Amino acid sequence: MTLRQAQGGASGANDVDAFADEARRAAVAPRRFGAWYVAEHQIRVWRRYLGVNIASAIGTPVIYVFAFGIGLGVLVAASAGPGGIDGVDYLVFVAPALIATSAVTIASSEFTYPIMLGFKWNPTYIGMNAAPLAARQIMDGVVLFVGLRMLTASIVYYLVMLAFGAVPSPIGWLTILTATLTGLAFGTPLLAYSASLKEDRGQFAVVQRVLVLPLTLFSGTIFPLTQLPWFLQWIGWLSPLWHGSELGRVVAYGAERPAWLIAVHVVYLVVLAVVGWRFAVRVATRRLDK
Amino acid sequence: MAQLELRPGGGRRFSRPKGAAPAAPCRPVGIGSTTVTVITATGLVKRYGDFAAVDGISFEVAAGESFGLLGPNGAGKSTTMRMVGAVSTRTEGSLRVLGLDPNEHGPEIRSRLGVVPQQDNLDNELRVRENLLTYGRYFGLPRRLVASRADELLAFAQLADRKDAKVDDLSGGMKRRLTIARALINDPRLLLLDEPTTGLDPQARHILWDRLFRLKEQGTTLLLTTHYMDEAEQLCDRLVVVDRGKIMAEGSPAALIRQYSTREVLEVRFGSEQNAGAADKLAGIGDRLEVLPDRILVYAHDGEAALVEVTARGLQPLTSLVRRSSLEDVFLRLTGRSLIE
Repeated sequence: MTLRQAQGGASGANDVDAFADEARRAAVAPRRFGAWYVAEHQIRVWRRYLGVNIASAIGTPVIYVFAFGIGLGVLVAASAGPGGIDGVDYLVFVAPALIATSAVTIASSEFTYPIMLGFKWNPTYIGMNAAPLAARQIMDGVVLFVGLRMLTASIVYYLVMLAFGAVPSPIGWLTILTATLTGLAFGTPLLAYSASLKEDRGQFAVVQRVLVLPLTLFSGTIFPLTQLPWFLQWIGWLSPLWHGSELGRVVAYGAERPAWLIAVHVVYLVVLAVVGWRFAVRVATRRLDK
Repeated sequence: MAQLELRPGGGRRFSRPKGAAPAAPCRPVGIGSTTVTVITATGLVKRYGDFAAVDGISFEVAAGESFGLLGPNGAGKSTTMRMVGAVSTRTEGSLRVLGLDPNEHGPEIRSRLGVVPQQDNLDNELRVRENLLTYGRYFGLPRRLVASRADELLAFAQLADRKDAKVDDLSGGMKRRLTIARALINDPRLLLLDEPTTGLDPQARHILWDRLFRLKEQGTTLLLTTHYMDEAEQLCDRLVVVDRGKIMAEGSPAALIRQYSTREVLEVRFGSEQNAGAADKLAGIGDRLEVLPDRILVYAHDGEAALVEVTARGLQPLTSLVRRSSLEDVFLRLTGRSLIE
């Protein structure tokens, strides 16, 4: 290849319209698949940490199975009696919530510092935008990549739980999808927030401690929401993790919930994910066009 | 480490056609029979609130030309570059890049551009070659094509032996060359370079200039900003001098020097206390005097003759230097300030 063909010579372009046509042709693929190219880049970076990622994807569920199934589960069984919690063993009760929590954890790490990195610290998003990719495609690509990460982590989590007999229902595999949806419902509003931050003044640490940690504890995850005093139960209603855990229980062990409530869970999660995503695109578009 | 190439005889490494005065205001001179205009900016304005970073800039760039925006920091050069690069929406004016309007055809234009930003944005988490591979994919180019171009460009950028290195381990000059290689991965029609050598040491700058000059020889259209006049003189066929968002002057480096300065400049220093007093006694020598805090510039056709006259008036400068006029002098004349403050 010659780095540069003679301008207007070899390619037959001899007026500016020919340049414009050439540009139109060149932009067809990036306009259509730009988000995938962004995701491809993220996957390439992620592959560099493959060992760590696999170890934590398998290690985390195993640790939780032992902690909740054998450790805490024995205590709970002793106090809850033969009926268990919600009619099942404690491990079966917590398993869908744990899968959803792991997706939320991925969201809380992938949609915070890496976003600041891409906009500011190592501004790869600016580089992508200088290439044909639009702000919308960059955000779409990031969501796509993180969604894939949640999906694969949830599959591994589900398989570990399955191996320990914690997912009795034949449609239990649907927890993979409900968990991913939960992660996105929690994650895309966080993405929009992170994309709007010009500086890190410790906000991400606050998000971790004041948002993520309480949500994972008080969203009807490791104990039913009704255990909380009535004046704290609104936390669950706002928390995508409660909606996601409850939805997971319905598919994982056939927990009996009224149809309208199931619909509320689904709608709430989908609306959060979509609105957050759209908002993130708007914030990013404004930020990159300066 | 790459070797710095020096032509026998040193000095200028290429000659520029002399005596070609700028034709119409800021229009490219026709090359051969057809001139294809790749950038047309008319009355370009970018405002942030009340502040106009770019305040009515007009210029045209022809295919194969190397066009520069010369000006101090904050003159509006980078903002202009971002508008041409179709990543910043203009406030007013009209702009066509490769025959398209950036507001409507951003992705189309950017598909055929190469961009070397002022601040490197290589992915530090990826290796050198991987940076080229991922960037090439943004253009939707097939993986095999990107891989073969990446290898050629690494050779061009003299980074072939560093292809598996971490980006963080590269020197500043190497990072710049990698960024240039990355900007060429889509075989662009037009290459935008924003302050390509700012912050580099002299040797790294010369290596970079050599690479850029090769691109120019191959016919790549270059649009570059700089606040280094030697860079503008080396690389630009034509340039505009920009200050406070406006164009102050335009033309080839030689024509600008001819128009706004004298052939030679005598620099004399009398020490900071005596400078101002000495200036009064120098009146009438040369065409023009410029009194700076630390020295006096005497603009004259013959610098040595001017120096003789200075000493004939009984003045004994601490140091004296006769040099050719540069774009720095043009800028000083136009704005009353130096380029690098």
